Amino acid sequence: MIRVLALLFAMLAGLAGAVEPGERLADPALEARARAISRTLRCLVCQNESIDESNAPLAHDIRVLLRQRLVAGDADAAARQFIVARYGDFVLLKPPLEPATLLLWFAPVLLLAAGGASVALHLRRRPAAPPPPLSEEERRRIAEILKETEA
Amino acid sequence: MRRLLYLLPLVLFVVLAGYFSLSLGEGSRELPSALIDKPAPDFVLPPLRTGDAVSLAGLRGQVTVVNFFASWCVPCRLEHPMLMRLANQDRISIVGIAYKDRPQDAQKLLDDAGDPYSRVGLDESGRTGIDFGVYGVPETYVIDKEGRIRRRFVGPLTPDAVAKELLPLLRRLRQP
Amino acid sequence: MIVECGHFALILALFVALAQSTVPLAGAARGNAGWMELARSSALLQFLLIALAFGALMEAYAVSDFSVINVVENSHSDKPLLYKVTGVWSNHEGSMLLWVFMLSLCGAAVGAFSNHLPPALRARVLAVQGMIGVGFLLFILLTSNPFLRASPAPSDGQGMNPVLQDPGLAFHPPFLYLGYVGFSVAFSFAVAALIEGRVDPAWARWVRPWSLASWCALTIGIAMGSWWSYYTLGWGGWWFWDPVENASLMPWIVGTALIHSSIVVEKRDTLKSWTVLLAIVTFSLSLVGTFLVRSGVLTSVHAFATDPARGAFILLLLVVAIGGSLTLYAMRAPALGGGGLFAPLSREGALVLNNLLLACGAATVFVGTLYPLFLDAVGGPKISVGFPFFDQTFVPLMVPLLLAVGPGSMLAWKRGDLLGVLQRLWAAFGFAIAVVLGAFYVTHGGPVLAVLGLGLAAWIFGAAATELAERLRLFRPPLAGVLRRAANLPRASWGMTFAHMGLAITVAGVSASAFESETINVLQPGESLTVAGYTLRLQGVERHRGPNYLYDEATIAVDRDGRQVALMHPERRTFPLQRQSTTEVAIRTNLLADLYVATGDPDAGGGWTIRAYYKPLVPWIWIGAVIMALGGITSLSDRRWRVGLPSRKAKSRAAAPVGPVAG
Repeated sequence: MIRVLALLFAMLAGLAGAVEPGERLADPALEARARAISRTLRCLVCQNESIDESNAPLAHDIRVLLRQRLVAGDADAAARQFIVARYGDFVLLKPPLEPATLLLWFAPVLLLAAGGASVALHLRRRPAAPPPPLSEEERRRIAEILKETEA
Repeated sequence: MRRLLYLLPLVLFVVLAGYFSLSLGEGSRELPSALIDKPAPDFVLPPLRTGDAVSLAGLRGQVTVVNFFASWCVPCRLEHPMLMRLANQDRISIVGIAYKDRPQDAQKLLDDAGDPYSRVGLDESGRTGIDFGVYGVPETYVIDKEGRIRRRFVGPLTPDAVAKELLPLLRRLRQP
Repeated sequence: MIVECGHFALILALFVALAQSTVPLAGAARGNAGWMELARSSALLQFLLIALAFGALMEAYAVSDFSVINVVENSHSDKPLLYKVTGVWSNHEGSMLLWVFMLSLCGAAVGAFSNHLPPALRARVLAVQGMIGVGFLLFILLTSNPFLRASPAPSDGQGMNPVLQDPGLAFHPPFLYLGYVGFSVAFSFAVAALIEGRVDPAWARWVRPWSLASWCALTIGIAMGSWWSYYTLGWGGWWFWDPVENASLMPWIVGTALIHSSIVVEKRDTLKSWTVLLAIVTFSLSLVGTFLVRSGVLTSVHAFATDPARGAFILLLLVVAIGGSLTLYAMRAPALGGGGLFAPLSREGALVLNNLLLACGAATVFVGTLYPLFLDAVGGPKISVGFPFFDQTFVPLMVPLLLAVGPGSMLAWKRGDLLGVLQRLWAAFGFAIAVVLGAFYVTHGGPVLAVLGLGLAAWIFGAAATELAERLRLFRPPLAGVLRRAANLPRASWGMTFAHMGLAITVAGVSASAFESETINVLQPGESLTVAGYTLRLQGVERHRGPNYLYDEATIAVDRDGRQVALMHPERRTFPLQRQSTTEVAIRTNLLADLYVATGDPDAGGGWTIRAYYKPLVPWIWIGAVIMALGGITSLSDRRWRVGLPSRKAKSRAAAPVGPVAG
């Protein structure tokens, strides 16, 4: 509970979000890479924003760290892995494709296939039996109704 | 056969309800540390008090409890009495790391509320915190004799957590 | 005293709901007219009692009665009156009261506007509503009572989050809840139909207005929430695939499938069991959403304070309501019967495709939202599922659907001519190509997917316009004939046209968010920055005092082509009580694009961080949503719902039901 409150306060403190001018790297190519990688990392304080958007202090620290790694020469994957090694896969906004997440990534396709199959099955099982012929009583009722609407 | 298809929504719901009831019982919403059973990150931090730097190397050979705290952190005040008890009564050696705190503020906190720490390191930049995977304060880590992280506690230490998890773990790790 | 009256009223409402759930049901089974009639009066009484309780809580907030725990926790004497009152539903207990308020409102409305319904069906529908009411009233009274007193009463409240003091945010829950909870009526109709053992076109006609009304409310509620995020959070994000957002999106998606599917039942007497299932699933998703938000199972900044005991109670409600209805479904649905035949390429076929893709979309969002939970429950690694997952799965599912909206609405029933329809859509296709080429040119070969998205939007819009033009026989003189046909066109047709056009507009707005430009700089007073051809000059920053906060107001002059176009005033507010600050973004819109400016923190040298964004077509996201809702409301006002509604003569079970009387 305390943690939720802390989380809320941290998220709301300074809701102007995102990269400070002071953080930006001089090299625009490196800065673009930093922004791109930042957008794939989750802010752990406000748990539904990327560190690129979040204004939490931790997000700021990780943004700075990321840029340091890029300036030091890390490739994108290595820089990202630097953060993942410390915080776990949870920090990735895009769940990695691994045995545990196969069901997640293939769910849409599987669902579509299952849905499509059941629809096809349903449509295939036609034709339904034709409706039974009208009984005498039903014929009389229809005549009545037709008379009513004409009147 | 088609009748079975009509049962499918119910079956799926039952599975779902099962998962929900499992996760209700869970309780813990904290993020598990990515470093469990891995070597603790190497760190060398300036001490709050005079003396040697606080470093990982200095902790080798003993079981250590490392507690990240800050003077600006409200929940830290909540766990402070527990830390005092652990230090004084249970005689647990706790290394404190002042996370993103100015030295004078950290010192003032310890002067006012009491000092449960055997040593205090200053992590003003927060870099050591990131290396540990800290995502909020307070967090408490248990490091074994070989320097591996064995457990992380997120948030203030509760009496329950201390009695049921921290103390038994420390006892187990201390056995030769 | 008033608070105690409210509390008592709530308890009485519980007993009324108990009566409402049991007596009419027995009455319907035995054919006892008196018992069945009890349904309407008890629904009305339940509503009045809950309204009383709601009013009592509102009064406690309005006068800042700090002897009530709920008021203490969520209000403060300094809060403006508007936010004191809307604070009623800003917390768990108060919002649950809003929930049952909406539930009883829908029940009373069904009771009042259902003269044409056969008494047995009406009795059963209201009985099911009553059962839901019993469940939630028990939940409130046992675990979430807003009327508990604090003793001793503190002198002031603990205030509320300053971010929540905002008109957009304050009013979005009522719409949202009207939507979520409104789908309970469709649910009740579905369960009642299953109990009766039959679903016919008349049933679909009765269900549709209630589903449509709920859908409109939910559309507006979601749009308001999204718009609020946009102007509050400081960089213009409007959708985060947050679990709580997803919890509101899923009923909306399935609700869309429901309103379309019920058309098929009404017109062609087929897809019955599917429509009944959709009605059950839509409300079930609302219930699951309620569970997720309040049980602590998922962490989200939206989530209320959590308590596993409450979670367990709601889970029990879920098991009874959803488990019960799905069991009934498994037992009774196979006997509902098939109905009209249709070729795969027909309007029915298109609507089946619509249902399939929407259901898969909702299921994908469901899996994505709950997967981390499932993985954790079985002891797997802790992962998180963010927007990349949804972008890569949900969007590809929706694209074929969006492509099919236009042609699908023009296919004939039973057996359609797809090729013919596509040929008639040549103008819409041309329009789409023109938009794609134009967008490529204007954005200098911008992100391909976004440009294609714009083309898709143009396709949907063009197809809706073509469909309308064909109905009005627009290009066939004389003009007077066109106007006459337009006046006589059923409102439901206009509704469809508006709704699909609104969809196109929203798709355009969403696609164009890839084209935004951003400039962030530290400016001293007098300095300027440029974004997308606008020059923004910081003239100065002044400090003022607001009702319960201090604020720094920046004045920014906006020039374009050398001429001043606007003066913008972003603010940075500090709330001393909570020791927090928030940003008030300044937005200048011409409804085609937004210029969005926010101030950050000042630096030591007196410079201010200014973030400026140019966001083309962003307002269309919400304009489109409003138009969709308007389309729904237009459809609701169709005279079919008010005049000549079908009545079903009482017949023996063996005979087939008589179809709707023409009218």
